[in-house]
Amino acid sequence: MISSLTAEKLACVRGDKRLFEALNFRVSAGQALAVEGANGAGKTSLLRLIAGFLAPAAGRIVVKSPQGESDDAEERGKSIGWLGHLDGLKPQLTVVEQLNFFAHLYGKAADAAQLEQVGLARQADLPCRYLSAGQRRRLALARLLASKRPVWLLDEPFAALDASGQTQVAQLMARHCGEGGIIIAATHDPLGLGNESLKL
Amino acid sequence: MSPFATLFLRDVRLAARSGGSAALALSFFALVATLVPLGVGADLRLLARVAGGILWVAAVLAALLSLDRLFQGDYEDGSLDLIALSPLPLEMTALAKIVAHWLSTGLPLTLLSPVLALLFNLPPSPTLILFVSLLAGTPAVSAVGAIGASLTLSLKRGGLILPLIILPLLAPAVIFGAGAVALALDGLSSGNALGLLAAFAFGAVLLSPFAAAASVRLNLGG
Repeated sequence: MISSLTAEKLACVRGDKRLFEALNFRVSAGQALAVEGANGAGKTSLLRLIAGFLAPAAGRIVVKSPQGESDDAEERGKSIGWLGHLDGLKPQLTVVEQLNFFAHLYGKAADAAQLEQVGLARQADLPCRYLSAGQRRRLALARLLASKRPVWLLDEPFAALDASGQTQVAQLMARHCGEGGIIIAATHDPLGLGNESLKL
Repeated sequence: MSPFATLFLRDVRLAARSGGSAALALSFFALVATLVPLGVGADLRLLARVAGGILWVAAVLAALLSLDRLFQGDYEDGSLDLIALSPLPLEMTALAKIVAHWLSTGLPLTLLSPVLALLFNLPPSPTLILFVSLLAGTPAVSAVGAIGASLTLSLKRGGLILPLIILPLLAPAVIFGAGAVALALDGLSSGNALGLLAAFAFGAVLLSPFAAAASVRLNLGG
């Protein structure tokens, strides 16, 4: 379990452009942080920094757990559940094959309850090429649940979802925080978790 | 099931399903091998003489067809981010993809080669050497190809640059592979050529996952 994730004087440079600098924040277990900002402000870059795909131009990200403190990107990646703006689905594979693949890749057992939670139980044997944008998003959410990671990094979690889907996402996020998880979400909509927000 | 086996099986499944690359590579190999005797003409001695070289080059080019998508498909749809965050180290990810590519492309090409050798009037014992040389050498094609594929994964037209990167690196495999067949045709022992080919393939499979993983890491940050 992770007790907190802290950014210290974080800076990010993409090409010649300095997206942000001297960024400080801290998210403790059970809390959520909404990252807000105009298009191109660096929300996705910040998430990629936290995930360890990008190296920060300055500063560091520290993860505190009962085992101690660490700012190692590779180690941090092992506790991150990722919901990017791309869905990462293969058109040829069925919904359940897709979910099983990622669950096993993450060393977890997949179970059908995750599909039910996102309202995809009836589409289980459908190849992903027949899914709508919203259904693809729901499957990506089921995959996030299956990864059973403590830190969720969400890029536009409400995108493409209908009203009931957005309610489900809000419920899942509330439950994740209730179980002591951490959520950092780049979003234009309020998360509705009584969370703090970070303006880029 | 282990993460390694999971990734390996998914890649094999994707290659075998409709829209996959395995059947495409196999048909390309068969078509090239059929066209050459039509173009060269019915000089049976000449055909047997060039068989090793032509079939080896055709096999490398056929494998190349599917190599550019080795990482690119996963990169473009976002799967590679998720795979990178999994407990499987990127080196093992690259190895799983190399083995899956070989099983879905290199091995079928090898199995088809004795049939195509008939079109070149290649006698039985050089045909056997051709089969063995492809069996030993095609893993090197997948492994070296993985380095090229990881370097070009974020390029839109990476498939065009890929051959320029990896074909020069594959020259040893073609030289030893085709050379072994030529030696067998002359009734000489081709053990040395096959041994060097196997050593080259072994080294390539052992080292290329590290190079490919380093390059994937760079591209994820790009």
